[in-house]
Amino acid sequence: MSETPLFSIRDLAVNFTGAGVVTQALRGVSFDIPRGRTVALVGESGSGKSVTAQAMMGILPKAATVTAGSILFNDPGRPDAPLDLARLDPSGKQMRALRGDRMTMIFQEPMSSLSPLHTVGDQVTEAYMLHNRVPPHVARDVAEAVFERVGLPDPARIFNTYPFELSGGMRQRAMIAMALICRPALLIADEPTTALDVTTQAQILELISDLQAETGMSVLLITHDLGVVANVADDVVVMYRGRIVESGDRETIFRNPQHPYLRALMNAAPHFDMKPGERLTPLREVADARLLAAQARPATKRPAGPVLEARDISKTFTLRSGWFSGQTRQVRAVSNVSLTLMPGKTLGLVGESGCGKTTVSRMIMRAITPDSGAIRYDDGDGLRDISTLKGKDLMRYRRAVQFIFQDPYGSLNPRMTVYQLLTEPMRIHNVGTEQEQFERASMLLAMVGLDRHALRRYPHSFSGGQRQRLGIARALALSPQVLLCDEPVSALDVSVQAQVLNLLKDLQQALDLSYIFVSHNLAVVDYMADDIAVMCRGHIVEQAPREVLFNAPLHPYTQALLAAVPAPDLDHPLDFAKLRSGRFSEPTQWPEPYRLACGEAGAMREVAPQHYVRLGEAGRAAA
Amino acid sequence: MSTTPTMAFPPTGRDAPKTPHFVDDAPFDPGASEPTVNEDERYLRASALTLIWWKFRRHRLAVISALVLVALYASLPFVELIAPYGLTKRHGDFLYAPPQTIHILHEGSLHRPFVYPYSFTFNEETFTRDYKVDMSRPQPIRFFCSGEPYRFWGLFDASFHLVCPPKDGEMFLLGTDRLGRDMFSRIIYGARISLTVGLVGIAVSFALGLFFGGLAGYLGGWVDNVIQRLIEILRSLPELPLWLALSAALPANWSPLLVFFGITIILGLLDWPGLARAVRSKLLALREEDYVKAAELMGASRSRIIGRHLIPNFMSHLIASATLSIPSMILGETALSFLGLGLRPPITSWGVLLNEAQNLAAVNLYPWLLAPIIPVVIVVLAFNFMGDGLRDAADPYH
Repeated sequence: MSETPLFSIRDLAVNFTGAGVVTQALRGVSFDIPRGRTVALVGESGSGKSVTAQAMMGILPKAATVTAGSILFNDPGRPDAPLDLARLDPSGKQMRALRGDRMTMIFQEPMSSLSPLHTVGDQVTEAYMLHNRVPPHVARDVAEAVFERVGLPDPARIFNTYPFELSGGMRQRAMIAMALICRPALLIADEPTTALDVTTQAQILELISDLQAETGMSVLLITHDLGVVANVADDVVVMYRGRIVESGDRETIFRNPQHPYLRALMNAAPHFDMKPGERLTPLREVADARLLAAQARPATKRPAGPVLEARDISKTFTLRSGWFSGQTRQVRAVSNVSLTLMPGKTLGLVGESGCGKTTVSRMIMRAITPDSGAIRYDDGDGLRDISTLKGKDLMRYRRAVQFIFQDPYGSLNPRMTVYQLLTEPMRIHNVGTEQEQFERASMLLAMVGLDRHALRRYPHSFSGGQRQRLGIARALALSPQVLLCDEPVSALDVSVQAQVLNLLKDLQQALDLSYIFVSHNLAVVDYMADDIAVMCRGHIVEQAPREVLFNAPLHPYTQALLAAVPAPDLDHPLDFAKLRSGRFSEPTQWPEPYRLACGEAGAMREVAPQHYVRLGEAGRAAA
Repeated sequence: MSTTPTMAFPPTGRDAPKTPHFVDDAPFDPGASEPTVNEDERYLRASALTLIWWKFRRHRLAVISALVLVALYASLPFVELIAPYGLTKRHGDFLYAPPQTIHILHEGSLHRPFVYPYSFTFNEETFTRDYKVDMSRPQPIRFFCSGEPYRFWGLFDASFHLVCPPKDGEMFLLGTDRLGRDMFSRIIYGARISLTVGLVGIAVSFALGLFFGGLAGYLGGWVDNVIQRLIEILRSLPELPLWLALSAALPANWSPLLVFFGITIILGLLDWPGLARAVRSKLLALREEDYVKAAELMGASRSRIIGRHLIPNFMSHLIASATLSIPSMILGETALSFLGLGLRPPITSWGVLLNEAQNLAAVNLYPWLLAPIIPVVIVVLAFNFMGDGLRDAADPYH
């Protein structure tokens, strides 16, 4: 006897109506969610994967309507199954009884999904008591049991904490507890790990698949990350612009991808076992970038030594803890960081959120000054300390070192046309006549593969990837020598990400640029960088050329980071057991000789040529 | 086109047989489908102002309100033409005459718009004036006619009116006051003052708010602190007594025009804290935007950052806030004048007109003296609706 799937979605179509324009968000989507399996819904932003989940949960926005199709729910324990959810009133009694009980959802941002004014325990028991008539103390017992199960330490204490007291990973665990407390038949996880650091991500992914095996529920995992899919999904559904382009089980999808879009996605994501010089193939390549950029090569003197170097820079921020106490707390964001950037090379700076990498980049930009140490820059006439630069020299430094922002939406002034945006740096620095500025702007646009007609348009009319290319074009306007890229692709879809990364590589080659590439994504840094520095808690813990760092990482933190990146490859699954132990970013818990006692800085030691690792005092004594 | 399997699935579980492999056979051309926001060329070219206008246009109530306000303000230079009577024209025979209605039907047949004349008797018993409508003599109203002469814009004499009273009769659409002056005409004349008070006041308040809010928001530190405390002190003072005190301090021998400016400045002086706060908070938010940081890192000067990046991005918000505070100016003037401390006759504003309705007996017997409330309500509501619409449209990118 064959068992019917838990969910059968057939020919589902959803339209959005806004400003008199009807947009088809879903165009005939059909797939099944079998019992006890994880189905991954993969696609880039705007592909309709979240809309599908919203339609299933009955939480579509007001502007959206289901125009056709059915969502059949075969709830095992119900006599009236199958139930067509597309026919139910989204705010009706039946739907409300299902939502939060038989099917639950966790979201990307655990901070905004939990109410800051209620304790975690209150929110989790509320979910339980809405669907079960039990007295509060019973609900509390159930909640504490679930907390224990999702790996929250000390459930009784967690019950009474507020969301802001928990870290991102703990909050996501609390969200999962809330979703699971009613033992749902289906858990929808909408990008559950996108906002988390890689090490935390691995732990949450393991938790979700463990819980699924234990409870027998089905999971619909919405993600853009094929690496995550390869590690936890049973079945894969690939969406593109409101349609399913390919679906099947995991083996088939990864071993035998057929659709050109899926193949393009797989080639677009950087992975660790790429051959040297191997190029990513984006969905859409920026045409002629290399050619055009080569014509624009500036005639600058190339320094003999490093173009930029930081020596032992430190920065401490002072926080005021109470209004009346007058007590202050010192947070050491960066301590004794030394970096060297050679001309024409890329230096990767890797670390999880809060490790101090952004502070370092801001000190290099001279947006903040280091407490101690020096940053020196060489424009061909020898190294000079940038903190001493004033007036004209400072302006020259600002011309030579440009910044590329993470958020393609926030970094372009919405009230300026592309022409104004691209010529602004030249105006500020009084470069060229109006005619020359115009010609330069057109050339910059061509360099990043955009049409000349774009000059008259405003930023709102460009997609994320196009905006990021505009940001790059603006950074290149003054023919800089150094580009500081702060997570330049982390806000972009994979297919666009490859395009931007390739563009940056081509431009580097053509214009002889040096990059400092800041990112939390090791695979991206691996693709871009020549030298890599790994940061943790304000320290650089390991620094080495790319091949060395990836082939022979020594430091436990680097190893954990490398192990935690999910590869879109069935033959390299995540080693959950290794990542479970947990506190990789806690220097006091690193094994000897890397362990740093509380407040200890340790020191870098050259273990092989060009390969530096931070050792604790005990470790150095032993060595 | 959909070829998704519809067959039932075999037993599930991790070791279950394969899920059918489905591949979409629709043509796929990634190059042609670069995801842009909107294909419409008009949208791609649209500037921020255009986008604001498109967004505002969808707010129907705001658009209607804006049209009403435009019509009202456009009529201000031509009040002499619109009002059937002059501002000070008295009708000794028609003191406290009730409003007359316009009819088009007389004894069952259709006529041009007309009014029935009043015949006046003094009731010796109740000591009230009785106006009897004489239903036998319809008096047609004249349009585009020559009526009471006036001096147009102080330039030349004219007598053209849009509407005039009947040839041999009178027409009091909203009744008359204690001197027999036509309320309707006086309300129209009053609009001139009442509507401009708000604009002049907001100009003062806008300048002050922009200056102080800008200083506080951009400089921060102790300047911000001082300005914030000043605002808090100003806001904690009870508004009405302060208005009263300030307007009582205006010298009694000032000409009505000077008093008018005095009052607007007082209103503006007390209104700026709200705007200053709006400016400050917007500036603080904008200063954190990446594009402002980008300009700073490019080495842009302070004035360039303020002029090119900050002001264009918060001006629309500011104009919306300013629109929302015009009604409080108009209401303030009305309240002051009603209490007899604002404008004084012969200057006529809606508040001055309402001043006549202070006496309870008068309101009881002659309720039409309260008619100036109607335009006040209409204007205040219109500004509020329009301000709401502007505020929603001010940031077209969200």
